[in-house]
Amino acid sequence: MNNVNVPYTVKKEPVVNRFKKNYIGWIFILIAAAGICLFYFYPMVQALLLSFQSGMGANLEFVGLDNYFRLFNDPTFLAALMNTFIYLLIQVPVMIILALFLSVLLNDATLRFRGFFRTAIFLPCVTSLVAYAVIFKYLFGVNGFINQFLLDLSIISEPLNWLSDPLLAKITIIAAITWRWTGYNMIFYLSALQNVDRSMYEAAKMDGASSFQQFFYITIPMLKPIILFTSIISTIGTLQIFDEIMNITNGGPGNATLSISMYIYNLSFKYSPDFGYAATVSYVIVILVILLSLIQFKMAGDEK
Amino acid sequence: MRKVKRIGTYLFLSITAIVSIFPFLWMLVSMTNKSVDVTQGRLLPGTHLFENLKVLFESVNMVSALWNSTIVAVITTFLTLLIGSLAGYGFEIYRTQGKDRIFNILLLSMMIPFAAIMIPLYRLFGRVSSSMPFIGIDTLAAVILPTVITAFFIFFFRQNTKMFAKELVEAGRIDGLSELGIFFRIYVPTMKTTYAAAAIIAFMNSWNNYLWPLVVLQSPDKQTIPLLISNLGAGYTPDFGVIMTAIVIATLPTAIVFFLMQKHFVAGMMGSVKG
Repeated sequence: MNNVNVPYTVKKEPVVNRFKKNYIGWIFILIAAAGICLFYFYPMVQALLLSFQSGMGANLEFVGLDNYFRLFNDPTFLAALMNTFIYLLIQVPVMIILALFLSVLLNDATLRFRGFFRTAIFLPCVTSLVAYAVIFKYLFGVNGFINQFLLDLSIISEPLNWLSDPLLAKITIIAAITWRWTGYNMIFYLSALQNVDRSMYEAAKMDGASSFQQFFYITIPMLKPIILFTSIISTIGTLQIFDEIMNITNGGPGNATLSISMYIYNLSFKYSPDFGYAATVSYVIVILVILLSLIQFKMAGDEK
Repeated sequence: MRKVKRIGTYLFLSITAIVSIFPFLWMLVSMTNKSVDVTQGRLLPGTHLFENLKVLFESVNMVSALWNSTIVAVITTFLTLLIGSLAGYGFEIYRTQGKDRIFNILLLSMMIPFAAIMIPLYRLFGRVSSSMPFIGIDTLAAVILPTVITAFFIFFFRQNTKMFAKELVEAGRIDGLSELGIFFRIYVPTMKTTYAAAAIIAFMNSWNNYLWPLVVLQSPDKQTIPLLISNLGAGYTPDFGVIMTAIVIATLPTAIVFFLMQKHFVAGMMGSVKG
């Protein structure tokens, strides 16, 4: 800008006009802002107030922090919390490493059938969570395809009770989520890899770096922001997992696969409804989302 | 050594691809088979397709579920795009410090887990039910309303508006168009591909939404497709052939939309991450 010192010759917009434009600018935003306040922020405040109340259905009374103390002595809640952490700690890293690995393989321009592999691996993302959950329920049934397949290959000698054994049921859930979401993460990495300068790999190869060294010293650092993004998205998603649990195992056997979201649903709509306590449990997810996102940001930031 | 690595790569990719595709093939084959054949792991097409379709459309509310899902998804997509793009455009074109701050606050709502607001929302619509029954509990309007306003789409449209030539806004003003006129007659037509990407994501989200409809809908004739599938699968003696048929029908629209607009879809997802 070379005309900063001649302010008086610059034609200024009339104040009225500027005000009008600014005012119209607010109108563009108004519906969205009002909607988000009404459907997100207002319910958040309501949930906080509810978490200090207890009672059946609509008959609620203030009980202070009772609901929060109740959490620690509630075995069902502790089981749900534990399960959700197991999903998180096993599924998210496995999926992200698998997706990274696949995207590196598929980024190789000399690879044949790239389009086919890419589409095939992304395909699970077009299914609804309910639809694929129901399919997995039957695939992993006692008479299901997975057992048939394993029996045919003589890997097992008798059918496994995938859905009624606590450990196997958890494995089924983890397998299902991994199937559904790996391709989704892979697409992010593939797009990000297109922006990585090829000459870096050329130079690394000249210096005699192995594929694994290239992966750890070039690919991972270059993709760090996107890995952070996908791990936060996956963490938030896993903390909220509901559709799969509801439709594959219904939380069972016992409470072996119950998730926090499903426990909230049960507390509100299945057991004798206690909205106050359900809201308290739901705030646990809010706190976990905030904490885990902060930790992930911190971890990514420290290594920079 | 290189060759071994190559073969290993193809082997690994092929296995992953088969695992990814298999449930689709299985459900396509199963929709043509009897329930017994499905449980026995039959992997060949059968002749039971019309029987399954007949049972599905005659004994279950499949027609009304398809209708409800279509209505919900179309209206949701339209409103999501309208509200999201208006706001995204507003934030990017009329930039002031105050608006940037509000934008950041609105973005925080993306971190709010749905489970945390589900009960207050349910109570909110419950309270509305008595005075405005047409948007209360057990109406499609209640399914639609909380889902059409999301920070994600505001963010999405704002990111994409950065690529929109701002001179066009000035040109529109000189031509005497109103501010809204500029938006609808210049911005919307030039941003067609952005709208296409957003439409795919919004449609898929709505078509597949489960938890909120499960909470807010009660009568069987209001059911959307995911609720119907979930109920079919929950029966004591589920008819697997019929369930698979329902799942295929439910998956078809999103699969077709995806294949027709694969490029837009990927572009859309990336558009939301680009800093």
